[in-house]
Amino acid sequence: MRLAKKPFIPLLVAGALMTGGVASAKTFIHCSEASPQGFDTALYDGSETLDYGPNIYNGLVRFTFGTTDIAPDLAQSWDISDGGKTIVFHLRKGIKFHKTDWFTPTRDFNADDVIFSLMRQKEENNPYHNYAGPYLYFNAMGMPDLIKDIVKLDDYTVKLVLTKPDAAILPDLKMEFALILSKEYADQLLKAGTPELLNRKPVGTGPFQFVAYKKDAFVRMKANPDYYRGKQPIDNLVFAITPDASVRYQKLKKNECQTMPFPNLADLDAMKNDPNLKVMEWPGLNVGYLAYNTRRKPFDDVRVRKALNMAIDKKAIIKAVFHGEGTIAKNPMPPTVWGYNDEVKDDPYDPQAAKALLKEAGVSKLKMKLWAMPVQRPYNPNARRMAELIKADWAKISVRAEIVTYEWGEYLKRSRAVDRDGAVLLGWTSDNGDPDNFLGTLLDCDAVGSNNMAQWCYGPYEALIQKAKTLVGQRDKRAELYRQAQVIFKAQAPWATIAHSKVHVPMRKNVMGYHKDPLDRHDFEGVDLVE
Amino acid sequence: MIRVLIYRIGLLVPTFFGVTLIAFGFIRMLPGDPILALAGERGLNREFYLKLLHDYGLDLPLWKQYLVYLQNLLHGDLGVSIVTQKPVLSEFFSLFPATMELSLVAMTIAVAIGVPAGVIAAVNRRRALDYMIMTISLIGYSMPIFWWGLVLIIVSSGILDLTPVAGRISMLYFFPTPTGFMLIDSLLSGEPGAFKSALSHLILPSLVLGTIPLAVIARQTRSAMLEVLSEDYVRTARAKGLPVLRVIALHALRNALIPVVTTIGLQLGYMFAGALLTETIFSWPGIGKYMVDSVFRRDYPVIQGGLLLIASIIMIVNLVVDLLYGLINPKVRHRA
Repeated sequence: MRLAKKPFIPLLVAGALMTGGVASAKTFIHCSEASPQGFDTALYDGSETLDYGPNIYNGLVRFTFGTTDIAPDLAQSWDISDGGKTIVFHLRKGIKFHKTDWFTPTRDFNADDVIFSLMRQKEENNPYHNYAGPYLYFNAMGMPDLIKDIVKLDDYTVKLVLTKPDAAILPDLKMEFALILSKEYADQLLKAGTPELLNRKPVGTGPFQFVAYKKDAFVRMKANPDYYRGKQPIDNLVFAITPDASVRYQKLKKNECQTMPFPNLADLDAMKNDPNLKVMEWPGLNVGYLAYNTRRKPFDDVRVRKALNMAIDKKAIIKAVFHGEGTIAKNPMPPTVWGYNDEVKDDPYDPQAAKALLKEAGVSKLKMKLWAMPVQRPYNPNARRMAELIKADWAKISVRAEIVTYEWGEYLKRSRAVDRDGAVLLGWTSDNGDPDNFLGTLLDCDAVGSNNMAQWCYGPYEALIQKAKTLVGQRDKRAELYRQAQVIFKAQAPWATIAHSKVHVPMRKNVMGYHKDPLDRHDFEGVDLVE
Repeated sequence: MIRVLIYRIGLLVPTFFGVTLIAFGFIRMLPGDPILALAGERGLNREFYLKLLHDYGLDLPLWKQYLVYLQNLLHGDLGVSIVTQKPVLSEFFSLFPATMELSLVAMTIAVAIGVPAGVIAAVNRRRALDYMIMTISLIGYSMPIFWWGLVLIIVSSGILDLTPVAGRISMLYFFPTPTGFMLIDSLLSGEPGAFKSALSHLILPSLVLGTIPLAVIARQTRSAMLEVLSEDYVRTARAKGLPVLRVIALHALRNALIPVVTTIGLQLGYMFAGALLTETIFSWPGIGKYMVDSVFRRDYPVIQGGLLLIASIIMIVNLVVDLLYGLINPKVRHRA
């Protein structure tokens, strides 16, 4: 069926294949960057897949639009007790799961769905434990050890029991691995011997319901008529899979799609000057950094690390690598995360002082490896170029760097080795908007040999981070501890903090209601096309 | 002829097993593994990593993994994608029609333009027309496909507004696609404008994919024609006063076609396997892009299965080309 003559103009259609009898349809097309790996978002961690999370499902909690503030979603409220080890969630009533061609729900959302959605990831004997691959994110976030149990108190009350207090548990539950699926649907599929359809024909409670998917071509969704926050202004939502950024731009210009992610930074000026387009931008929840191996000589000496940091011209990097679309990082987390310490002073760019500091540390004619990532990431769009700039900067203080790179998986594996040689360019995009997801995940002692690429374990810093983790629901106290931790980090310099990139979403001028998502998801709840 | 056919089919069996070995070994020579690729930046603890290696049979000795792979293959099982958990065969079957449709249209364009261009160049040897055609074909042959595709998009879609930018059909159409061939499915759908939309989406990618084969075919046709045109029987035919067109089309071209058909066959094989860049630029959901994504993700079953299927297609195309010789040239048929 033809849905519209021009995508931005709502029109009459003869049939109602996608909208079940509705005679007119407003179709919104998003040119997405890649095919989803599946639709059960607990199984994956790539943004091309996680983008479907907020469109198809709901979680117990969510972010208030545009912020990292936790707000109720399927849980109306919660009570924290037992020193933060127990959280009782009071669930919303009257929430409908999607009614589709392949599933007709006979009941509303309830506690069974919450228990199913989370415990299938923990319990190895659950028939959905390994039905379509491992639950990578659940494991990466340490949930198997953290979650002790989830108990149903009644149909609309569940109790989450943790093995230890974890102040980041609510933001964790906002993540895509914790989105709520229908247990009734899962049971039905199991009975039919087709559990894999849970991942291919998703059923959720979110603003859009799945219609069809064609690999490398499109994902089609339509508005959920029973959505609890109201039916969406658009009728159909299509993700047109368009891997090349230049082609996405051309499609946007021709109105073959109305929004696109990940533009080429070099195209941004032209996009901003196009009268038919606008570019929404906001600071990304990310940091790009250079991690020394603080366990190897001479990088175990803070003076050496400081000297190398002072020799890096970050302004030049922002200009050359980020096309000016980034900000200099002075802390290991971006300013948009609460607890950020703006009082911290960055190491000045001062090659002469750097040279003197190296001399004071007794280091001369230093030769070292400089690792450049083989992939593009928002926090580092061109690691090779960045490495070349840093190499040239260091040459000015008589440090000779050899740039090395490896295949991405291998790069990450070797970077994590405790005895790794040299300094590694890498970065991080927040999972949940919580400060611990930067300061703890990337820099605490537990993360040595894994995400702590500096292999840095420093007592005074560690004490602050571990204390903050236990202060469940005490944001102000935690923020103060994190501010102190950032001061220690800066003084000890396990990294050269380089940049925070911006997120850009180019779109047609007539797109209204698009929300800036701090985690860069493309959430189309409330989005509309106007004349 | 039948003996030749049996001999050729017999040769396919060891070739097939050779391909399985190469496909299996090639991907394992690359650094990294599927689990590392799955884990990404967040990483996995060592215990979970080892568990996953075990779950996917990747902790077995290589020879055992190969035997398991062969055993499954003999049962018609190409395995399941580690990333999507879907059977490799069904993924390929769902994507292959798109690649085939694009390749066939591109080859039709390449043959329809390349063969006459080669003939014209040969007939006008060392004249301006010859130089012009050969220069254009050289440019076509040397063209970086990615750049060429983007130029066509910017000019034809962006500036002139003649063609859509990318995809197989406008996203505003949605109908069942039983054959997977969008031209056929759009016709079957009965949707007004659907066929036109599908056809217009095919123009740029097929031009881009057809550019190199077109250049190769034109040059091959010219060279084969020049050889045939200097043969005695052609001179005799001309001396007898037969019309030039008849001499060229009936006597010369038919004999010149043998190497051209070989070239077409080989190019078609390469197209099936090598439409990757075109598929990526034009968001064309075919097997080329799927394969490359799988290499980056170290999705062993997909790479192994894909290489095997592509190699099988190339082998079959070559076999068909060999058989076609007999139809084109009776001498070959009689020798057989």
